[in-house]
Amino acid sequence: MINSLMLKKVIEPKIRELRVSMFLLNKNMLTKAAYIAIIILIVIAIFSPLIAPYPGDIYIDNHPKNSLLSPSVEHFFGTDELGRDIFSRVLYGTRISLIASLSTVLIALLIGVTLGAIAGSMGGWIDEVIMRITDIFLSFPPLLLAITIASLLGPSLNNAKAALIIAWWPWYARLLRSQAISIKERQFVKAAEAIGTSQLKIISRHIIPNCISPIIIQASMDMGAVIISLAGLGFLGLGAQPPIAEWGLMVATSRNYFMNAPWYSLFPGFAIFLTVLSFNLVGDGLREILDPKTRKI
Amino acid sequence: MLFGIILITFITSRVIPSDPAAKWAGPRATPEQIELARSELGFDDPYPVQFVNYVVRIVHGDLGKSLRTHSSVADELKIFVPATVELVLLATVIAFIIGIPLGLYSARYKNSLIDHFSRFFAIGAVSLPGFWVALGLQLIFYCHLGWFPVGGRVSVITSLMYELPNITGMLVFDSFITGNWYIFKDAAWHIVLPVVVLSLYPIGLVTRMTRSALLEILNEDYITAARSYGLSERLILGVYALRNSLGPTITAITLSTGYTLVSTFLVESIFGWPGMGNYLATAIIALDYPAIMGVTIFSAVSYLFLNLIADIIVSLDPRVRL
Repeated sequence: MINSLMLKKVIEPKIRELRVSMFLLNKNMLTKAAYIAIIILIVIAIFSPLIAPYPGDIYIDNHPKNSLLSPSVEHFFGTDELGRDIFSRVLYGTRISLIASLSTVLIALLIGVTLGAIAGSMGGWIDEVIMRITDIFLSFPPLLLAITIASLLGPSLNNAKAALIIAWWPWYARLLRSQAISIKERQFVKAAEAIGTSQLKIISRHIIPNCISPIIIQASMDMGAVIISLAGLGFLGLGAQPPIAEWGLMVATSRNYFMNAPWYSLFPGFAIFLTVLSFNLVGDGLREILDPKTRKI
Repeated sequence: MLFGIILITFITSRVIPSDPAAKWAGPRATPEQIELARSELGFDDPYPVQFVNYVVRIVHGDLGKSLRTHSSVADELKIFVPATVELVLLATVIAFIIGIPLGLYSARYKNSLIDHFSRFFAIGAVSLPGFWVALGLQLIFYCHLGWFPVGGRVSVITSLMYELPNITGMLVFDSFITGNWYIFKDAAWHIVLPVVVLSLYPIGLVTRMTRSALLEILNEDYITAARSYGLSERLILGVYALRNSLGPTITAITLSTGYTLVSTFLVESIFGWPGMGNYLATAIIALDYPAIMGVTIFSAVSYLFLNLIADIIVSLDPRVRL
């Protein structure tokens, strides 16, 4: 009985806070529209092989007779140079882009958060070493580093992902370190130290959970940036390789045909734009809500 | 920092899967020739020796020789860099001219229609893939309307009829100061579309930064004081508030210049712009590592330099001065 009462006391304010946040999130129509769009995109990503009218076109099927047809009832977005249905490929591209960028951001986040938290809470020479390495990576514009690494690793979607992870983790490390340094001085961490909690537990149980909101904001903004970068790498020929239905690659291939078949570039590019826009809008909305400075009810 | 950049480029260029010596010697080289090339290029030395040589060469401005053309990467870059710098500079200036007023209005009329519009515009501009916009602009303004040329820096006729001025290598600028209006007009004509594409991202970034910085400042006491003196809103916003918001804006500009520099890599090839991006694209296809590394080092160093300039400008602010 006491336990459930205590539990209620602990959880209730958190639930209330979450509800206030949700209310604020819904109040801004743009943000609301954006996160609904993201939910739809995720649904599309999961069910794309089922929704796509020509699932075979996603990979190897081609119908040279139907090449470069303009949009019609049979082919909503027209067809590409091999007669493949662009609508099906754009739908499937959602899955490729979302999975690729989500895994990239998550791995970068995991590396960055771990290293940043260690650097920030341990201090001393460990901090020095980690942050000097981070600084070196930060002295490159992220996309440049990704292009260089991807071009050296050789073109493939996985190499592009690896390149982006290498370029992105330092930003999380820096973010987390600055947060960790300020949290480290707070009473509850000192208290945990005083009762002999191990460093590992302090970092994982006290410091990282208290940095969640800046990480979420950063990650949602980065999702947009990573999707656009992946598409950019694909466009340069350093990302996904044909016949993968990746948006950037589709725009790149469409370059040879777009004067006569504008729909070919239009739809994949628009898909990139819409996805990135949604993530950026949500990130922006979240920042406004989670940042106490701008939070207004 | 510089050392770190060189270290990274050195490591990445040594862990690559393919053999640069084989590339250097050409596709039909015998094993002996490849061996010879390897010792000529210094790949036989132990890594620390190679690294020291590498650092020494870079400090002297020698970025190695292109595996493709066998000519010096630094010399090749000298030809391509000004064209890119021209684009980046113009895009940044435009970002300032459009972004700051937009952010200003947005902050002044917070939550009004203009604010919503400018916020949506700013986020939209950041979310657009440049290479896609470039294709779209080409389609509309070249294919359908015929207002702007499809690509290149000047039309073929101009380059055949006139000798192009070459002072800084930035054609629009050069023809302007030499007073060569015909070339200037032609070059300006060609630069419009690429600059529009490239300026989108910085405009969005500057607008957002100006807005958020101003909103924070407008809550400060000295603004209230200025208001209570009865100073005009124009003076308060345009002088007192804006001046103090420039710090974050300049930081944003540096970041976005780094971004613009890299996005030229994607956009240049679409417009056939003979800049660093095109050079890099060719180098990537040919797996020409010294050239790729040259572009990387050059860009990273200019990025570093830009950050330094931004730090200096920001430190002119007496609140930051130590």
